[in-house]
Amino acid sequence: MEAKTLFDEIWDSHVVKEVEGGPSVLYIDQHLIHEVTSPVAFLGMEKRGAKVLRPEKTVATPDHNVPTIDQHLSIKDELSRNQVEMLKRNCAKHGIVYHGLGSEGHGVVHIIGPEMGLTKPGMTIVCGDSHTSTHGAFGAIAFGIGTSEVEMVLASQCIMQPKPKKMMISVNGKLSKGVTAKDIALYVIAQITTSGGTGYFVEFAGSAIESLSMEGRMTLCNMSIECGARGGMIAPDQTTFDYVKGRQFAPKDEEWEKALAYWKTLKTDVGAVFDKVYEFDAANIEPMITFGTNPGMGIGISKNVPNSDKLTGSDKLTYEKSLKYMGYAEDDRMVGKKIDYVFVGSCTNGRIEDFRAFAQFVKGKKKADNVTAWIVPGSRAVEKQIIAEGLVEILNEAGFELRQPGCSACLAMNDDKIPEGKYSVSTSNRNFEGRQGPGARTLLASPLTAAAAAVTGKITDPREFLMES
Amino acid sequence: MAYDKFTTLTSPAVPLPIENIDTDQIIPARFLKAVERKGFGDNLFRDWRYDKRNQPIADFPLNQAKYSGQILVGGKNFGSGSSREHAAWAIYDYGFRVVVSSFFADIFQGNALNNGILPVVVSPGFLEKIFAAIEADQGAQFEVDLQNQKFTILKSGESEGFSINPYKKHCLTNGLDDIDYLISMKEEIAEFESLP
Ligand code: SF4
Repeated sequence: MEAKTLFDEIWDSHVVKEVEGGPSVLYIDQHLIHEVTSPVAFLGMEKRGAKVLRPEKTVATPDHNVPTIDQHLSIKDELSRNQVEMLKRNCAKHGIVYHGLGSEGHGVVHIIGPEMGLTKPGMTIVCGDSHTSTHGAFGAIAFGIGTSEVEMVLASQCIMQPKPKKMMISVNGKLSKGVTAKDIALYVIAQITTSGGTGYFVEFAGSAIESLSMEGRMTLCNMSIECGARGGMIAPDQTTFDYVKGRQFAPKDEEWEKALAYWKTLKTDVGAVFDKVYEFDAANIEPMITFGTNPGMGIGISKNVPNSDKLTGSDKLTYEKSLKYMGYAEDDRMVGKKIDYVFVGSCTNGRIEDFRAFAQFVKGKKKADNVTAWIVPGSRAVEKQIIAEGLVEILNEAGFELRQPGCSACLAMNDDKIPEGKYSVSTSNRNFEGRQGPGARTLLASPLTAAAAAVTGKITDPREFLMES
Repeated sequence: MAYDKFTTLTSPAVPLPIENIDTDQIIPARFLKAVERKGFGDNLFRDWRYDKRNQPIADFPLNQAKYSGQILVGGKNFGSGSSREHAAWAIYDYGFRVVVSSFFADIFQGNALNNGILPVVVSPGFLEKIFAAIEADQGAQFEVDLQNQKFTILKSGESEGFSINPYKKHCLTNGLDDIDYLISMKEEIAEFESLP
């Protein structure tokens, strides 16, 4: 038999039909929807007089628009409220499970899927949101789709997709102290650029990847999209199985044994061929921070802003435009630069492990006076766990307040907007111009680096503190 | 969503010689709150087009009367970032039918094709020639021939072929969309589902 990659194996088993000269008709096992990219799809369904084919395979939650304080009150912004209510109505009408604001299952769509055990190895998972790639951490094919495709899945449980090429990114070796999955992600994107993965689906492998927790793997796969890739995935192993076991929608008893036996076969065969391969050494990765306006503009925190000497033409202009927006100059030292905001949360770093790391770091220290911090759990379940583990007291003592779950300042569709010109160290995934509010300046980093900035009020190498202890 | 059929188009072009134009620039998140597919064109490139007081920024190409047409020409890696189809809607609603670049982000390319916009990938060298042709004469005409998959700078007669998936070409030429096709496959899908 032909040696197959993990991606091929799952993809091929989900192809309903190959359209001549065209894309494949791909069957979708799990569909997730939220309030922003679904209303027009439901409207389209209505116009066609179409019915949702498999309502039980779609799960909904409002996350992009929701406020992160006073969630028991009605949403103040009329347009946001309208979108959220529309989602609720559409779900009721079509028999789709809806996890509303304040309910036990509420949260950022990519956080609740894995938490509930909806996300499992070997599946195809889509959502009208590019960071659907998060679910690839379980050895699933998961990727973001547009609203037309949301309508396709609602109407037929399938989408039309050309098969992407395959890329292997392996990271071997031991991660140094203070280096997290987020740093691996920012490092890889800086190496291969924001378009290096375009046209590819990535598999991450290697000893450094295997050593990551499920949370860390989700962070990494979440950001695979930022190198342009369709998505990223990691072969399931014991860490994966242990995480899934016992969750609400995980298979039980005999079903579990059956599923497990199948999941254990999910790996890239020896000799399978990738269209492109990258290899990185974990020892070369230090805590990362971005200095520009795309996620590929990241450097080790101890480094200076690169200069543009080697760039020419529009590359140079684009680079200069980016630095101007950020208010930085070439060769500037990143450490020591003043910051104004810290945002911890999002589907990249809004899981329990992230808040544990942050809380542990700030324990016994104080938030810097010049810093406004938004600490936003990715879901109700994460929020509850933060409280149950006593992290909230640690946070409060250090001068931080816990907010309620949602996408929040990751894309600033709610009130959590970074003011113009202000610097925000953010654990989210995008530092585009205006991403966190018009004129906001975003510096992407790990929760540890965010914690170090939050207590010092400036960009700080978190290792300085870690060495002491 | 049904859209107009696309065969050939002759039009001047609007230049945006910026790289990595991401979807947050094409349509900022705060404009994604609509529940209908209407009026997104007004907010296309909102923060590059208007200042804080909602006054047009004079040197942005979309605000310059000398540039017009249904073709948008962007720098490499056009459409990176989010999966928001609103980006394609905004471009279409504004009046563009073709976007030219030397490189497109995947999801954007798919969304464009699903919404009647033709993404044309040209070589970096040819892209420079297109920018130069607009620079030299803002009214310069370009021809996009989908049937023969060819993009021509009419003034100089220089042209370059572009590729497109045959199925997608069929859809664009006939104004068809995938959803009708998939709905027509109900039985095959049910059969697939019943496999062990
Ligand atoms: S947290 Fe950010 S990236 Fe994740 S789904 Fe929400 S808006 Fe998108």
